[in-house]
Formats: sequence, structure tokens, C-alpha cells
Amino acid sequence: MEIVLIGLSHRTATVELRERVAFSPEQAREAAEQLRSRGILEETMVLSTCNRSELYGVPGELSADSAGAVELFLASYHQMSPSELGGSLYRHRDSHAVRHLFRVAAGLDSLLLGEAEILGQVRDAYQIALDHGETGPVLNRMFQGALEVGKRVRSETEIGTRPVSVAFAGVKLAERIFGKLNNHRALIIGAGATSEQVVRHLSDRGIKQLRVLNRTAEHAVDLASRFGGEVVAWENLTASLEWPDLIVTSVSSNEPVLTRAMIERAMAARGNRAVLMIDLGVPRNVAADAGNIYNTYLYNVDDLSEIVEQNKKARQAEIPRVESIIEEQIQKFLHWQAGATTGAVLGELRAKLAGEREAFLKERLASMQNLSEADRAQVSAMLEDFMNRVVLDPAERLRGVPELRRKLQNLEALRDLFHLHREKP
Amino acid sequence: MTNPYVLATLVLYAASLALYIWNLREPSRFAGIGATACLIGGLALHYLALLDRSRQIHAVPYDDLFGSLSLFAWLLAATYLGLEAIHRRRSVGPFVLPIVLVVFLVSHLPEAHAIKAPPAQGPLFAFHVTLNILAYSAFAISFVLSIIYLVQNRRLRGHKLGVVGWRFPPLDVLERMTRSSVLIGCASLAVGMVAGFILVHRLQGTYWDGDPKVIATILILVAYVSYIFWSRTAAGRGSRASALCIFNFFFVLFSYIIAGPFLSHFHRYY
Repeated sequence: MEIVLIGLSHRTATVELRERVAFSPEQAREAAEQLRSRGILEETMVLSTCNRSELYGVPGELSADSAGAVELFLASYHQMSPSELGGSLYRHRDSHAVRHLFRVAAGLDSLLLGEAEILGQVRDAYQIALDHGETGPVLNRMFQGALEVGKRVRSETEIGTRPVSVAFAGVKLAERIFGKLNNHRALIIGAGATSEQVVRHLSDRGIKQLRVLNRTAEHAVDLASRFGGEVVAWENLTASLEWPDLIVTSVSSNEPVLTRAMIERAMAARGNRAVLMIDLGVPRNVAADAGNIYNTYLYNVDDLSEIVEQNKKARQAEIPRVESIIEEQIQKFLHWQAGATTGAVLGELRAKLAGEREAFLKERLASMQNLSEADRAQVSAMLEDFMNRVVLDPAERLRGVPELRRKLQNLEALRDLFHLHREKP
Repeated sequence: MTNPYVLATLVLYAASLALYIWNLREPSRFAGIGATACLIGGLALHYLALLDRSRQIHAVPYDDLFGSLSLFAWLLAATYLGLEAIHRRRSVGPFVLPIVLVVFLVSHLPEAHAIKAPPAQGPLFAFHVTLNILAYSAFAISFVLSIIYLVQNRRLRGHKLGVVGWRFPPLDVLERMTRSSVLIGCASLAVGMVAGFILVHRLQGTYWDGDPKVIATILILVAYVSYIFWSRTAAGRGSRASALCIFNFFFVLFSYIIAGPFLSHFHRYY
């Protein structure tokens, strides 16, 4: 029951590289399916957010160097050479992979320490994988554990009590420029989950006016109506840029949605009043050179790392408590994993012994013609009872008592001892 | 410099500066309130030091350069305290207090001694001098605020705010604080100049005598009024206005350090 994890995140890769290896939901499903159909992994799960792309999996029985194969797949899927990815990838196995996922779900590995957004992203990614049958017992248990970690961390510690997220970082940045936001206006381009976070924080901070613009108008209407904002038609994007002091973009697009020329026109029309552009899209939504225009401030997700450090300091004190929850949950997972392995071994042992018993009885009872059917049944029952006492009862105790398993250390010895075929639980 | 008021003022200003710096590095209620309290105490003792000096030399403090410098330091500290109270920001303190401290120190290093009385006397003269020095103090604060604005703007645009950057006032607040200071300065200077013209008329029977200090002061007023208007235009908004504000302060320095003592007949202290 090996677990492998290959991935890259804001800690190891630049935004440019992350853009290249990002998975859309459709791509995530497609990649997972290919990994399984090629026999690289038996269970797969792709977690792709603004800040990370990670492939979790349980390798097949016959796949040698599964981690290497996943790396090669990742590179080839995004039409890159493995060397382009090499230095930016992290590789974790088994309990290290579990720990990494639990830390991700707890928000300890996020750009903003303790942010809650990632838990929703993990939940969504898992649900999609589950719906498409890409996960199996191991990843199911692992991701359910991760979701439990996320919930516990947010309810039992203060790391999640303050409204911290990438979106909040952007709002805090706006306050560095404009002070109180109750006299300022914001334009939100994109109506997804990240945009909603931004709108929520802006609303909390008393933003004066809010406009939402989205390709799918219904989503914009829904978001704007919940926060007392207005909706702007996507066709009016250029004209609408003159109005806000804060522009937040979070749309899925391979090309910048806001070009330098568009921002230049807007700045001229608004008399060079300062504009803060928070680009939360990956790939980026605002042309990088738009940040050079006079009196504009442009931040992308990487730039928000500054804020991360601030928040980390404020939340450092909670980390030990979060780590303790993670550790507890890891032990719980490892306990389950060991139990599942034991169960599989015991199942194999039971089947093997049953076969041996049948063969033994057939061979020995053949020369005992004088025995009635009732006697034969009695002998068979006695033999089964004997086997249970000698082998299966202790084995069942092994399943129920973790301490015994720890003493045995390696159940593979049991397999070898009884010549058991290796099968996945 | 053995006057106990001077020494006590020095200690309190220094303590205030240390606490302001502490508060900027690690914001705390104790450091913040302590800094303001020390500043208020320093201002009170500084006032007593000014009174004491006046008694010693039988002249108002602004009759000589060092006295006027001390008054400048006092008004600078008082103006800053007013801005701090209005905008509820202490993060500018670490940058204003060093100026207060240095100017105060310089003004009290030499022993005070009897000086020749200036040609103008009376309440209108006091009003004129006090308002003009208040204007210089306000412009000095706008100078400091503009520097902070440019630094902060650079940090924000360069995505390198750092720990301290998060504790400076927001750009918008810095801009408003600068404008408030400049408005205070312009109003004080305008009224002070009118008082000055009346004094000149009393002494010479004319409102205009072409004194270089007066010309420099008019230039200062024009420069800062230009700032007020330019900072609201598309071309001047933001960092350009702050750059202009910094540039304008050199007119103030010229007027205070060169035009007054060396070029003017009326405004020199000897």
C-alpha cells in the first residue's frame, strides 16, 4: 500500500512554472484517467490550485519506480522536458505524503498560513475524483482524513478564526494604499470562489461600492446580489476600468484579460487616481507591464508572499497545536492502513488454510471408507477448530491489537512464511 | 546647557523618540502611549525652557536665531502632536522627533545672553513671528511626510513592504496628512505675512520694501499653493506631488537659513 506524491507549489516553483503545470478540472480528470489506464497508478488524485499542482497516487503492483513514472507523465502531459520540472518538484512517499496532504488541508503549506480556502479546494478536487472512480480505499481514507484535519484545525485552534486568505491579503494591501475602504470602489472580474472571498472581505471592510463582472453573467448576478453590488456586462470591461480604485481579477484565461493599453486608457480617464490591481488568476489576468503605469500598483499571487510572512508571524503560536492535530490524524491513518494491511494478509491466510484443509481432508479421508458422512463432517469441523486455535485466533488478535503489529514490524514476513500471494486490500 | 528645563526636555524628547521607534518596530500600547506622553511632557518642559530663556535675556525667544530655532522645534513637535491626534497615527513620530531633538539641541547649546532688541515689538510682531515659524514647522512635517510617502510608494510598487512598511500610514493618509500640514503652513504663512506687511508699514510707511526674506517667503507661499492645486490634478497626483513638496522645502530652508540671516535687513538676528 505504497503512497506517492509528486508536486510543486509556490514554495518551490515560480508563478510562470506553476501556470504551465496547472490542471483545469477537465485536465485533472483526464490526467488521472491516463495515469490509471497506463498502469502507473491504481488510485489517483490530482490537486491543482493557484499555488500548487500535486499528483497523489497508489502505484500498481507491477509498476517499478512509480514516482519516476509520475514525474515523466507530469512533464509529458504539459509538454515539458523533465529537466524543466526537476528542480521544482517535491516527492513524498507513504507517511510523508500523508503528512504533506494533512498540512496542506490544515493551511500550513498555504501562501497564507492557516487560510481556509484550501480546504474547500481539497474537498472539491476529492469529490470530483471520487465521482469519477479515480480514488480507491487508500486515497479515500487519506483524503477523508485530510478533510477531518482541516475541520478540526479550524474548530479547535485559532489559526482559522481570523478571515485570512489570499483574497484577504489583497484587501489588506488595498488598505495600505487607500486606508479605510469605505470611501473607495472595487471592481471584481470573475465570480468564482476566490472572487467571492474577496467580495466577502471587502464587504466586511465596508467598501463603498462594488461591481462584479464575469463572462457568465448569472454568476456575476448571484455574487453581486448577495453583497449588494452591481453587475457589469463583460462587453463593458474596458469602459468599467475607469471607475474602481481596486481591481481584483480571478478568471480562467490563458491570455491577460487586462492589457497595458486598457489600463493606460483607464488611468487617463480617471485623472491618474491610484489603482490597485490584485491579480489572483493563474495564468495571470493582468499584463505584467501594466504595473509600470504611473500610480498603479499591481500584485499577483506571488507578490502576496509578503503578506504571508506577516500572517505567519501572527499565527506562529498556533502551529504547534495544529501540528499536534495533524500528528494525531496521521497516527489514525497509519493505524487504519496497518489494520487494512493486516486484514488483507489474514484474508489471504484464511483462504490458504481453507484450501490446505480441504486438500488434506480429501487425501486422508479417501482411505477411511468406514467413516459416515456425519463422522467426516465432525473431523472437518475439528480440523477447522484446531486451525483457528493455532493460527487464525492469534491472527485476529493481530488485527485488533496495534501493539502486536508494531512488535512484528513487518507483515511481509507473514506473507513469506505462509507463501501468500500479495494482493491489495 | 545646564538649565534643568532644557535637560529634562532633552531627556523626554529622547525618550519619546526611543518609544516611537520601539512602537514602529514592535507596536505596543505601552510604547505608543508612552511615546505620546513623553512628547507632551517634553512640550510642556520645552515651553518652560523657552520662558526661562526669555527671562534670562529679557527678550522673547524669537528675537535671536537660537531662540527662534527653539520655538521652531517646539512648534514642530506641537504640530506633529496635533496631526497624530487627528489622524491617529504614531508611525511618523520616529521621523519627526529626530528633527525636533536636533534643532532643540542646537538651539540650546550656546548659553543665552542679552541681545539687541529688534526694531519691531509688541503683540503683532509676536503674532507675525510665531505664525511664520509655525508655517515652517508645518512645512517641515510635510517634508518628512512626503519622504515617507515616496519611500512607502516605492516599497508598494516594488512589492517590498517589509515589516515596518506595514506600520506606516497608508498612502492616502500620508497624502492627506501632507496636505493638512501644507494647508496649516500656507494659512499661517499668509496671515503671518499680512502681519509682517502691517509692521513694515508702521516702521517705514510702506507695505513693500523689496526685502529678500519677504520675496523668499512669497516664493514659498506660491510654491506650496501650487502644490495644493497640482496635487489634485491628473499630472501631479501621487508621488509627483510628494516630490514637489520635498523640493518646496528647500525654499523654506533657503529663506530660514540664508535669506533671513544673511540677505535681509529686517530679519537678521544681529
